[in-house]
Amino acid sequence: MLTKRIIPCLDIKDGRTVKGINFENIRDAGDPVELGALYAAQGADELVFLDITATNERRKTLHELVTQIAKHINIPFTVGGGIAAVEDVSVLLSAGADKVSVNTAAYRNPQLLNDLSKEFGSQCIVLAIDTRFEDGDWFVYLNGGRVKTDTRTEDWAREAVERGAGEILLTSMNNDGTKQGFALDITGRLSRNLNVPVIASGGAGTMEHFADVFEKAGADAALAASIFHYKEMEIPDLKNYLYQRGVQIRF
Amino acid sequence: MKTAILKYNAGNTQSVLFALERLGAEAVVTDDPEVLQSADKVIFPGVGEASTAMAYLRERKLDEVLRNLQQPVLGICLGMQLLCRHSEENDTPCIGVFDLEVKKFQSPGGNLLKIPQIGWNNITGLHSVIFEHVPQNAYMYFVHSYYAELGPDTTAIANYVINYSAALQKDNFYAVQFHPEKSADAGQSLIESFLKL
Repeated sequence: MLTKRIIPCLDIKDGRTVKGINFENIRDAGDPVELGALYAAQGADELVFLDITATNERRKTLHELVTQIAKHINIPFTVGGGIAAVEDVSVLLSAGADKVSVNTAAYRNPQLLNDLSKEFGSQCIVLAIDTRFEDGDWFVYLNGGRVKTDTRTEDWAREAVERGAGEILLTSMNNDGTKQGFALDITGRLSRNLNVPVIASGGAGTMEHFADVFEKAGADAALAASIFHYKEMEIPDLKNYLYQRGVQIRF
Repeated sequence: MKTAILKYNAGNTQSVLFALERLGAEAVVTDDPEVLQSADKVIFPGVGEASTAMAYLRERKLDEVLRNLQQPVLGICLGMQLLCRHSEENDTPCIGVFDLEVKKFQSPGGNLLKIPQIGWNNITGLHSVIFEHVPQNAYMYFVHSYYAELGPDTTAIANYVINYSAALQKDNFYAVQFHPEKSADAGQSLIESFLKL
């Protein structure tokens, strides 16, 4: 049976991970390759590397980094951050990335999703959506949550899937950083109504939160950053807990 | 010992090359028929669409080259599907090493089915030398919308709505629907066993 996926997310700036403490088994928590390899060895099902570099050197360092990750890590990984054109994706996939995630650029130019899925296949195109609940509904935010739109999250997600997005990475801004649990309602609405996998993000604080987002919201995968980087939760313990709860999980 | 990875318009050749490098194997990425024919092993990777890939292979007569290889060949994902007889994906006649039809996943009775299947699924009924060090029920990483039916050449089974061929073997041809190059330690031992053939 297909399992639920646990996905640590690493923020990258100038080729280095931004958050993270030193683990016993690695020398340098700032080295994305080393940290990613540790998570892979601990049983992470996939990795997401989100590049938050703002400089012009971004493309070159990211390309080099992706090559290093692909050389050393034997599980799938997604690369995101500032991807706006078919050529960006082509470079990252040929360097060895398995998937790319697009966010603001796809909203501004939805045809990008059609172009990317036609060129590379839907399976490697992840649409990331930052969403916030206000005035009775969930709306799409852009530019890392700084710009509000009037588009309902469900509408954008549905259009994106029609255009060729192969997965939705949904981050709830209301929940992100709270450690009070994932946004079960919007995650559940997307997961039940879209025929592509939904990755829930934002709010993970306890192991029960992961069980809830899988069991109650039907998420296909759950992503978290700080709780893993600061060792508040270890992946083997989390997977063991989910297994005991009867959630389908890979050991 | 040299392994040739087929270069064509639907390959994740880089990931496969890196996986072989991690095992210390010598490998080249090539579409030169002579290099393919003289290699000790040939890997036929794939991520993409069937009809475009077959058109590309036919144009360069690489379909004939592949069909007539005598050394161990490993087809991965789309590579496995193209080694079958025919694919429903844009009604594409394929290479035909395995006498099987490749079909699209159908959702049962109106229930929503997520296609492609993306993620880790377990494989059972393993009986091929490439699974020598892979335990029954091992989890492998799959990404696909089409599957090969079960048949006499099936050497591993996976389930997504229905049971289908997760792996095939016939003579010197081995094929897997999942991505061993992305399937952590289990995938790595499969590649290792293949390289030792």
